[in-house]
Amino acid sequence: MSEKANNDVYLDNNATTMVAPEVVAEMLPFFTEQFGNPSSMHRFGDKVGKALKQARAQVQSLLGADLDSEIVFTSCGTEADSTAILSACKAQPERKEIITTVVEHPAVMEVCKHLEKEGYKVHWLTVDKRGRLDMQQYIDALSDQVAIVSVMWANNETGTLFPVQEMAELARTAGVMFHTDAVQAVGKVPINLKDTAIDMLSLSGHKLHAPKGVGVLYVRRGTRFRPLLRGGHQERGRRAGTENAAGIIALGKACEMAQEGLEYENSFVKAMRDRLEEGLLAAIPNCFVTGDPANRLPNTVNIAFEYIEGEAILMLLNRQGIAASSGSACTSGSLEPSHVMRAMDIPYTAAHGSIRFSLSRYNAMEDVERVIEVMPAIVNQLRQLSPYWAGDKPAANPEAAFSPTYA
Amino acid sequence: MWDYSEEVKEHFYNPRNVGVLEGANGVGDVGSISCGDALRLMLKVDAESDTITEARFQTFGCGSAIASSSALTEMVKGMKLDEALEITNQQIADFLGGLPPEKMHCSVMGREALHAAIADYRGEVWEDDHEEGALICKCFGIDAVMIEETIRANNLSSLEEVTNYTKAGGGCATCHEGIEEILTKVLAERGETLSPVVKQPEPKAPLTNLQRIKRIETVLESIRPALQRDHGDVELVDVDGKTVYVNMTGACSGCSQAAVTLGGIQQRLMEDLGEFVKVVPASAMKRA
Ligand SMILES: Cc1ncc(COP(=O)(O)O)c(C=O)c1O
Repeated sequence: MSEKANNDVYLDNNATTMVAPEVVAEMLPFFTEQFGNPSSMHRFGDKVGKALKQARAQVQSLLGADLDSEIVFTSCGTEADSTAILSACKAQPERKEIITTVVEHPAVMEVCKHLEKEGYKVHWLTVDKRGRLDMQQYIDALSDQVAIVSVMWANNETGTLFPVQEMAELARTAGVMFHTDAVQAVGKVPINLKDTAIDMLSLSGHKLHAPKGVGVLYVRRGTRFRPLLRGGHQERGRRAGTENAAGIIALGKACEMAQEGLEYENSFVKAMRDRLEEGLLAAIPNCFVTGDPANRLPNTVNIAFEYIEGEAILMLLNRQGIAASSGSACTSGSLEPSHVMRAMDIPYTAAHGSIRFSLSRYNAMEDVERVIEVMPAIVNQLRQLSPYWAGDKPAANPEAAFSPTYA
Repeated sequence: MWDYSEEVKEHFYNPRNVGVLEGANGVGDVGSISCGDALRLMLKVDAESDTITEARFQTFGCGSAIASSSALTEMVKGMKLDEALEITNQQIADFLGGLPPEKMHCSVMGREALHAAIADYRGEVWEDDHEEGALICKCFGIDAVMIEETIRANNLSSLEEVTNYTKAGGGCATCHEGIEEILTKVLAERGETLSPVVKQPEPKAPLTNLQRIKRIETVLESIRPALQRDHGDVELVDVDGKTVYVNMTGACSGCSQAAVTLGGIQQRLMEDLGEFVKVVPASAMKRA
């Protein structure tokens, strides 16, 4: 991919993370020596069963869950999200409404859109220009008709945190089930589920240095539940299918490490992120941070560079060995910029140029300095091509200077 | 990551003919900022020779949009206007060693900018023929209005037909659900429902030998007038399973076109019978 493989800078940790070497070491034996089926009545199975139990305890500890039986392993974050929402609907067939937000990950949004087509009324909570929810709108939507509220803990594109603990309390008072997609939050912000009113929570292994293809749905004891996959008795009948033992054991180890690293995440990783943000804003004109900087994951910054397009920025960054991501339409092959940028009413000329930098504990300050060094020239190069730009500033009245015919 | 050709990367990293063209006498602004691609093409046209002498561009867009703009300016320089108007978006893509299907719209934008710029030079108004509607097929840029109208106009009833008529759904297949929704809606207006099974061509009962011979005769009868006009003729001698023996007579029998004619007859027969047959001159018939 790059000429400079050695000093590549990976700042796309909200997309996925490197599997920690310690995690790899922990899981490897479970492909070969410890290959047993944990359900089996012999010692091949027994060893694996014990290791799964340990992993469950490690996850329980990171989440601050009351019981290890509240942890249900799944195949990914998406499965956990689907399971939670569909379970709530199945378990309470008389309730035909759902509350969620307009900035959810597709893993939640598409499920809700689908249910909407099937006749559910979905209350789509809107956000303001900073990506913040309106609590009054939420309170007004809560009723005994609502099967479930599903609100993400942290937004994957901007890192904006939602007040899910308060929202869960409000839901509980109204007698409504509450689920949160915490895929981006777990390991980055402190979580202590036993002190909250959250009924269900999703996480995904590959966002916290475990492998892809393993996730968790936390289901508070007593929550009415209907499985998505029926079959064997695995996960106490809540998720049939022979366990992805190596993946689960890896996730357990990764959770243990995330717990130990939480302090580091909120000090050093945050400091690197802050330096990156401050450095870029100082060096480049006409760019701004999207989302709510005061309420944000410690590892994420999303900056909109006006009058240029994100995929082009990423290609030029990639040539320098720097990996990030964009909310531009072109990167996804869709023709609309990210729904998160649109929901915050970011103008098109900026939304297409939004770049997300997401860090991890495996980054170093040099990485950040490299980006600050190369980014101004990249932005300038593309602005020189842009019909909205003239010389060293936006064309006078850019929207009027260039208003093309739709082709 | 897109699988961009080396040419696309080259034109993106080192775009040609960038920036404002002073003294341009034909300018085309196209694209849509909501979709993230917009292009201004500037041409200098020599009135005497009706030739494009210079071309420059400014583009807001992704890698392939910038590369397509750059390619376009290289292609049109030195062209007569009427020649330039003949450029298709496929030619722009080909110039770049191809574009990923989802990025073909970048080349479409290039072609439209060219038409807009030439119209501007000629003092005409360029009409974009885009129909507004929710975009369904992102690979080929087909929207809901287009799909719905095509279904109505042609009485279509399956996804395959929609793809055949509009190309929508012929690429990555993610829009199949969306197309089916439109189909379901239009079919409901006609009082029909969308069939849950993929339409297979009607399984034909195998022809009996007699049926086969009769159909072969009918086809040959229909071909004969044309052959006779060229002073030739064809005559059915025998049918042995899938082998059809014919006698070519007159002008056709010896001419170099005989083989071509045999091939043509074979093609016609296969189309009509819906099965494989081989057409062989009777002279090649094995002596029993
Ligand atoms: C907020 C959020 N939810 C869900 C997912 C999906 O997780 P997974 O890739 O494990 O299915 C992701 C990751 O892309 C995410 O960022």
